[in-house]
Amino acid sequence: MSDFFVWLNDQFLRMQWLSDLVTVIVRDGFGLDTNNQIGGSIHFFIYDVAKIFILLSVLIFSISYVQSYFPPERTRRILGQRQGFTANAIAALLGTITPFCSCSSIPLFIGFTSAGLPLAVTFSFLISSPLVDLASVILLASIFSWSIALAYVVIGLALAVLGGTLIGNLKMDNQVETFVFQSPLSDYDDDGIISRRERLAYARDQLIEIVHRIWIYILIGVGIGSAIHNWIPENIIAAWLGQDKWWSVLVATLAGIPMYADIFGTLPIAEALVAKNVGLGTALAFMMAVTALSLPAMIMLKRVVKIPLLLVFIGIVTTGIILIGFIFNSTAHWFS
Amino acid sequence: MNIKILGSGCRKCQALTHNVETAANDAGIDVCIEKLTDITDIARYGVMSTPGLVVNDKVVSTGKVLSVTQITEHLRSFSPEPDVNYSG
Repeated sequence: MSDFFVWLNDQFLRMQWLSDLVTVIVRDGFGLDTNNQIGGSIHFFIYDVAKIFILLSVLIFSISYVQSYFPPERTRRILGQRQGFTANAIAALLGTITPFCSCSSIPLFIGFTSAGLPLAVTFSFLISSPLVDLASVILLASIFSWSIALAYVVIGLALAVLGGTLIGNLKMDNQVETFVFQSPLSDYDDDGIISRRERLAYARDQLIEIVHRIWIYILIGVGIGSAIHNWIPENIIAAWLGQDKWWSVLVATLAGIPMYADIFGTLPIAEALVAKNVGLGTALAFMMAVTALSLPAMIMLKRVVKIPLLLVFIGIVTTGIILIGFIFNSTAHWFS
Repeated sequence: MNIKILGSGCRKCQALTHNVETAANDAGIDVCIEKLTDITDIARYGVMSTPGLVVNDKVVSTGKVLSVTQITEHLRSFSPEPDVNYSG
């Protein structure tokens, strides 16, 4: 029975058939051996790009369909009915199925806060939203393994809940710009109840919009991954990010923070790094740093919160990511 | 009729603007379209996901690109009733 699941995993997630197909294309179409450097790079590039786009399309469409049941107004109402730890936990969970655009995280923050949701809840949502993403979790499973993907979800959610709670406990409400509290609540609310046809249209529109927005990051990400895989010498990578270097997680995290890329673009990089003996935690820390914190997002956040709160937010998330990196590095042998 | 499109200028906002222009043209309704991209302006309407469509200062939709047909329905509902002359 477990052989069947392994086969299922191999064909649908790892897409072994795709890898074999691309090998044939590279060998017969380009006339290159996939075992040498150039052939190997081309194979990696085509296979990874194709795999990511196929999985991405299926995942974004299905998850957007689910999202259509949870417009922000309904999410806000659900969160308003709970308190304390439960509210944080639900906020973190709902954050994982929110729409993929970071451009809506600020209007959302304003909408939640002006409705009276506590900062703790709103921040749990804000932290989990870019960090844990159903689609990227499945992609993680396809690249690494289901146990790693699940561990990532659990730990990401824990970071969101704890981070939000911590921010709430610091009582920094006065650090939010006043206009946020004064923003009116629009009475527009369809409660997520729309026709099946509208849901399908929404899912399709989301897919087109997102692919349109991130295809370049995927190509760049796979390009870098390919370079790491086949061109950059292992000793250079090992010097900065090697498993035996205590600073590897720090380097990975600090390098990732100012960068902005879609999480789908960072997955091939993480994959290539791990293949070059970089610790799993180090690679994941890089991924998390790139997605959870980015210069554009920080600039936008600064419009609604004052610098002290912004710094606290960045500090908590950074510390959390570094901790997670160390944890995964030391427990990686459990997963293989 | 005053129409505001709330959004930071991404593809969805442009598509919505285009659909609004088409709908208004086809229905022969005179509209003044404003595009609000600043977050504080968007927040003032309580819109949480863009693009937002505001007609005569009332939020009509958020987070989706309405079709020309859907927009036309909304525009018609905001139009003043035409005068009807009964004869006889």
